[in-house]
Amino acid sequence: MFEIWHLPFMQRALLAGLLMALLAGYYGPFVVQRGLSFLGSGLAHGAFGGVALGLFLGVEPLWIAVPFTALVAIGITWAREKTSISGDTAVGIFFAFSMALGIVFLSLKREYTSEAFSYLFGSILAVNGADLWASAVVLGLTLLMLPFWGRWTYATFDRELAQADKVPVMLDDYLLAFMVSLVVVVAMKLVGLLLVAAFLVIPAAAARQWSRTFAGMVLGAVLAGVASVVIGLQLSMQLNIPSGAAIVLLQTLLFVLAALIFRRS
Amino acid sequence: MNTADQEAAAIELRGLTVCFGEHCALEDVSLTVPHGAFVAIVGPNGAGKSTLIKTILGLVKPSRGEVRVFSKPPEKLDPSLIGYVPQFKTLDRSFPALAEELVASGLRRAWPVRISRSERRRVGEALARVGAEHLARRSVSRFSGGELQRVYLARAFVRNPKLVILDEPATGIDVMGEADMYRLLEGYQKSSGATLLMITHDWEAAYHHSTHVIVLNRRLIGFGEPQRALSEKCLRQAFGHVGHEHTLSLTFGRRGSV
Ligand SMILES: Nc1ncnc2c1ncn2[C@@H]1O[C@H](COP(=O)(O)OP(=O)(O)OP(=O)(O)O)[C@@H](O)[C@H]1O
Ligand SMILES: [Mg+2]
Repeated sequence: MFEIWHLPFMQRALLAGLLMALLAGYYGPFVVQRGLSFLGSGLAHGAFGGVALGLFLGVEPLWIAVPFTALVAIGITWAREKTSISGDTAVGIFFAFSMALGIVFLSLKREYTSEAFSYLFGSILAVNGADLWASAVVLGLTLLMLPFWGRWTYATFDRELAQADKVPVMLDDYLLAFMVSLVVVVAMKLVGLLLVAAFLVIPAAAARQWSRTFAGMVLGAVLAGVASVVIGLQLSMQLNIPSGAAIVLLQTLLFVLAALIFRRS
Repeated sequence: MNTADQEAAAIELRGLTVCFGEHCALEDVSLTVPHGAFVAIVGPNGAGKSTLIKTILGLVKPSRGEVRVFSKPPEKLDPSLIGYVPQFKTLDRSFPALAEELVASGLRRAWPVRISRSERRRVGEALARVGAEHLARRSVSRFSGGELQRVYLARAFVRNPKLVILDEPATGIDVMGEADMYRLLEGYQKSSGATLLMITHDWEAAYHHSTHVIVLNRRLIGFGEPQRALSEKCLRQAFGHVGHEHTLSLTFGRRGSV
């Protein structure tokens, strides 16, 4: 039953999945508590434009999707802060734009359409060395920014108080949106663009059910992510179903259980 | 005004004007608040009271004029000198937070991962000062309005601020609590020599507890000791209409002639 873990591609997938669980568990609580759940799925769709452009140009899609998605993240944040439209409207506009762009690129070069599908649904086999390196770099950046956790959390709790204490809340909005865009892109191969947002939202939402502190919620989200990755990959291999779908179904199950067990009296 | 007064100033406003697009919330406000004053700010809804203190905090930029807090422009000031309680809490009610974490954020100017023993002691003292020590380990998300207000007060005082800025601090606090709160504010002002700025709709409280009163309605209507600033003339000018006649007579009737 456990011999599948000896396969090199399974080890790669496991490593990628664990890195993702760590990253998504760290940023997910910010996404959830800042009411940005829709941002995650918007950025994933935004990444599709980058992937399609990469396929069209014939370069590794990851290298195009990273800057492309980061720009979308910055654009959404800018529109939220500098115009009178609300956050989800901004997301709605930007992701539709980059999806449309992606569809145009793909239609120009039809032979890559099947490869594009693997980005939409994710696959274990698709994870390569570049993806692992990219995840490791994002983790490294996250570690460098670990000292910002306190002020990010502060501003997430009460923005005006943080502002009065001279926390650069605007800069932090951009920084967080940028980091979330990186997490989305490095996670897309394994989970698929259609489901990657779930990774940011569901473990954090599940952890919220039993956490009384934000630090506890982050820890809980990481643990929920790790558990769902390990079990999800195993199931994915045994039942021959896509890895992303297996992981997300498990996360949803976890959320429902947590909601039932810890529901408000 | 001589130089000694200048040096003694905690807050100086010179020709302060704040506009949001076409609409100006404050026009040409000039005043000097001395160190150690307990200032009450009164004025009708929309008078620009919250805007005034947000400008002092550096949250709102002046359109014209100058603001000096301890001789510095607000953006250069060390924020740990100020304890602030906002009127409308922008807090996220679904956020998992304990009261002691919120108070500790006042010490660190960041959210604590975990609270050290010395921090916990100071947090406990601050909560005790506002009669909320029993709330320390409880979740902020379930607090009643008055409980939350007390925790925000503790958060403002935990850093021993030189300047305390309170936007309608009595909101939601019960009658006994209100008396305790004014005792706390006066006690803190006397023992620490800090300067207090408090927005209130309660003229009686302003009259009895403050050393100075600002009467505001976009422009500065009156500023000075309570007896002078809370004169019938100033209040009429600030609150205007005949509809307020009854309130004015009630207030002045109870207190006798001012
Ligand atoms: N960020 C803003 N953008 C646009 N207009 C604003 C902004 N902040 C305040 N105003 C306007 O400025 C005016 C003064 O508002 P402010 O909040 O200072 O009043 P206030 O005296 O505190 O009133 P209240 O007693 O109701 O709290 C109001 O007309 C308000 O609509
Ligand atoms: Mg106000």
